Amino acid sequence: MAFIGRWMEYLRFAYEALISNKIRFILTTLGIFLGVTAIIVIFTAIQSINSYVEEEFSNIGSSSLYLSKFPWVITDNYWELRNRPEVTLEDYEILKESVKTARWISPQIEAMRTIEYRNKNLEDVYTIGSTEEYIYTDNAEPEFGRFFTEMEVYRANPVCIIGQNVWEELFENENPMGKRLKINGFPHRVIGILEKKGNFFGFNLDNQVIIPYTTFKGISFHHRGIDIAFRTEDPALIDDMRDEIRGVMRRIRKLAPGEPDNFAVNQQSMLTDFYNSLTRTSYIVVFIIATISLVVGGIGIMNIMLVSVTERTKEIGIRKAIGATRNNIIMQFLSESVAISSLGGVIGIIFGVLIAQVLLQNIKLDASVSLSTVLIGYGFSAVVGIISGMYPAYRAARLNPIDALRYE
Amino acid sequence: MALKSIIEIEKLHKVYLLGKTQVHALRGIDLLIQQGEYTAIMGPSGSGKSTLMNIIGCLDVPSSGLYRLNGQDVSHLTDNELAKIRNKEIGFVFQTFNLLPRATALHNVELPLIYNGTASSKRKDKAKEALDKVGLTDRMHHKPNELSGGQRQRVAIARALVNNPAMILADEPTGNLDTSTGEEIMEIFDLLNEQGNTIILVTHEDFIAKHARRIIRLKDGLVEKEEIKENA
Repeated sequence: MAFIGRWMEYLRFAYEALISNKIRFILTTLGIFLGVTAIIVIFTAIQSINSYVEEEFSNIGSSSLYLSKFPWVITDNYWELRNRPEVTLEDYEILKESVKTARWISPQIEAMRTIEYRNKNLEDVYTIGSTEEYIYTDNAEPEFGRFFTEMEVYRANPVCIIGQNVWEELFENENPMGKRLKINGFPHRVIGILEKKGNFFGFNLDNQVIIPYTTFKGISFHHRGIDIAFRTEDPALIDDMRDEIRGVMRRIRKLAPGEPDNFAVNQQSMLTDFYNSLTRTSYIVVFIIATISLVVGGIGIMNIMLVSVTERTKEIGIRKAIGATRNNIIMQFLSESVAISSLGGVIGIIFGVLIAQVLLQNIKLDASVSLSTVLIGYGFSAVVGIISGMYPAYRAARLNPIDALRYE
Repeated sequence: MALKSIIEIEKLHKVYLLGKTQVHALRGIDLLIQQGEYTAIMGPSGSGKSTLMNIIGCLDVPSSGLYRLNGQDVSHLTDNELAKIRNKEIGFVFQTFNLLPRATALHNVELPLIYNGTASSKRKDKAKEALDKVGLTDRMHHKPNELSGGQRQRVAIARALVNNPAMILADEPTGNLDTSTGEEIMEIFDLLNEQGNTIILVTHEDFIAKHARRIIRLKDGLVEKEEIKENA
């Protein structure tokens, strides 16, 4: 119980010191306030974007691989990659027979095409040609109707599955099932509607249409490369599957041992790794900026505390004369410096959260202010208060009571 | 009745270094003060009066010699140990009052109790009791700048008393007061002494020193002479 009295005294001391010099107090707080605001805003922004990106990436299953001409993350010379051969439907036919670890394999030909229904036009619809296994490689289970069958692919039946945006834009309240729409002028019958998928980095996933790749040949004017999606049932087999794909492809391309791959096997972790490497840098930058501003703020506090110690020399003498120990004096001045920095920290947290929310709302993200961010912000300010108060407090505690009492 | 010695000082020396010259402030003081005594220490400036007071008040330590306070050797204590002795054994009254300007009279008096860890409820009672002894109960919620000089010095005396110290050490307690107020303050010291408190006055005014029963005159760092009033 006894120490509570002393703590109350310390707080009272801090409070009186701050109240008696409000302007100075506010100005001193400013440095810490700005530093903590910056920490909170940037941490919150990064965390919110992270959780958004993680959610987006989870759309690409972790048991899928994508064979393409280009890697998703290009670190090599683009012009060399450009000269690579395209992945072709012939490759698909061979891979389909050879890659045993893959449970499902689908070729994917894509283009942006205009779709017409009666007198309505919808431009730039993401048009995909594939097989019935696309349902599994890309989680494209229709919400209404059905997907096309192996037979429809074989026969190149002009059928399609549409995204919900296509439905809304072209059909409004009409039931699109069984209706014929024109893709690039070629009529296709709607047999299914995909689930609503939302956006992937701003790209509207509902603005798409899927048709058999065999009919896609008819609507495409020039020959292009394709992508091939592979999916295993067991995510643990993903490395084996990659090895198998690479082995088959190297054989098809007749690559000599030691020659680099002239194709890319992409997977979700490439994107997450790339993204993490970007954010790691930004975390370090934030840390450096925040540290600089807090150090500057801390120097400001130390400066003011040294002034405070000089101003209160007589008071220190009085307190020592009536029995304050060195520790009592140290604690009193530390309480004052921590009070200054904490107040800056708390105001910084409040402002930081508000600013982060406004910023993130502008880019249509939910701000997720985590407890750990708030604690880091507060912790930083408290630590700065303690460190910057230490030397002034030590100076105060070391004062000789006789000289201090005589000080005017 | 066997009296207890509050202060036992033997061959006390204090040497300061002032630049490169050594200043012998005290050159071998012997002093014995019993419990309940009312003593005045006098002397012109430079006599070593202040140095002796600082050592008696445990604000400073001697260069050599012995100082036993209330039976305990305090000549070689550390800073923190001295702080605890000052809190427990010594009640200071200063010429300039030395109250905390932003704290009320009550809080000023509570301060020594805060530093020795007295529980809050007990602390208030003790502080009020001390203020009552100096007749300031009705002013206890006023801050020093709302009190007259005499009232401020009474608060200081209450603060000195509140821990029941072994002695009250008053350094020119009336130096900043007019004559009649000074007299009132001296009456309080007289009364406190009658109630059994040991009081040491440090002064250069004869009419103040006359309140004490024993006057010790210092000169050049030594006890020049001692007078004892028999009749008080």
